[in-house]
Amino acid sequence: MRLFLLALLAKEPAHGYELKQALEQIFGSAYPSPNIGQIYVTLGRLEKDGLVRAVDVEQSNRPNKKVYYLTAAGREALDAWADEPTEGPRVRDEFFMKLVLAPMTGVADRMALINRQRRHYLSIMRDLNGLAERTAPEDRVALLLIEGAMLHLQADLDWLERCQEDLS
Amino acid sequence: MRADPVVTTVNLVKIYQNGGVPVPAVRGVDLRVERGEFVAIMGPSGSGKSTLIHMLGGLDPRTSGEIWLDGKRADTLGESAWALLRRKKIGFVFQFFNLVANMTVADNVELPALLAGASPREARERRERLLDALGLTGCADAAPAQLAGGEQQRVALARALANRPSLLLADEPTGNLDSRNTRDVLKLLGEVHRDGQTIIMVTHDARVASLADRVVSLLDGQIVDDGAVAAPRRRPRGTAGDVVELRG
Repeated sequence: MRLFLLALLAKEPAHGYELKQALEQIFGSAYPSPNIGQIYVTLGRLEKDGLVRAVDVEQSNRPNKKVYYLTAAGREALDAWADEPTEGPRVRDEFFMKLVLAPMTGVADRMALINRQRRHYLSIMRDLNGLAERTAPEDRVALLLIEGAMLHLQADLDWLERCQEDLS
Repeated sequence: MRADPVVTTVNLVKIYQNGGVPVPAVRGVDLRVERGEFVAIMGPSGSGKSTLIHMLGGLDPRTSGEIWLDGKRADTLGESAWALLRRKKIGFVFQFFNLVANMTVADNVELPALLAGASPREARERRERLLDALGLTGCADAAPAQLAGGEQQRVALARALANRPSLLLADEPTGNLDSRNTRDVLKLLGEVHRDGQTIIMVTHDARVASLADRVVSLLDGQIVDDGAVAAPRRRPRGTAGDVVELRG
């Protein structure tokens, strides 16, 4: 969240609610809508670290609002983030741990675990199909995010198949 | 009385001979598919999926066991009787299209309907509708070889549906498609399924399998799981909401 907010503030100074709206607008319905409280907490931390600064702007009939802008240090942090490759997904799958450990302890049968998990993944996939269908074709960012989730899920299923071949 | 299942197999077995060594591909499959069901068959490569579906279409003879189609015994039929049965009742989509090279796309799609006894006008209308649904109207007069792999695969699907088969068999029908073309194929499959088309499909693609009513999983030539894909769990009216959370 920190760096998303820095990126948005690099575009223009904004107050907390505007940042929430900007995130919602850019990522569309595919991204979990950020909690406004979480945004204010993050802004507070960024301010404390000297990456953003806030100015009070008076409003005629409402309390003052805080408008945040990026500092030079904030700009540097943002550049460093943009220049670095992003960490890939990590395989630290809870199901895999269950699959390996459960039969050892006699808690469950591997084949049953795998079959249940496959059905579960397929029902998530069905969910994603439905989401994709309900998402407007213009909402490209949302559709790409859904497609990414589908491809990850396909990889999970392929891996499940490998586990079934090798462990059963 | 209940209608006969579209497909029933009883202890179906296929053993290939590989230089005198018997290689079992399908080892005792009991499967029953009711009218209007959409069944996906999944499993690792070499698990017997393709062999099973080829046997159901009479394209590969069984070693032992029984195959019943629409309540009639089929495994005992000869090659020509199978050909007749396929023409009337079965649409088959292969992994590698198998389109007739020296016929146009339009003729490839119309042929099965004409062979099954449709009038030229019916065949043409059906062809136009199917090609349109798959975004292929512009390709009607092309030769198959002029099309990209994904386009040929969609033509093959249109052809398989042309004679309104009582059973659609498909072997990895989206294996050669990019995601946009896959979406067109999924949409058409969903539509014909809603209209009552019975579908048995071997697929590796979870997007396709998740549309099925039922997923049959094979391992080493045997069914290890057979059950419904659960309906979506939440937010019937939701937006794309939280894909990231969904994946969580």
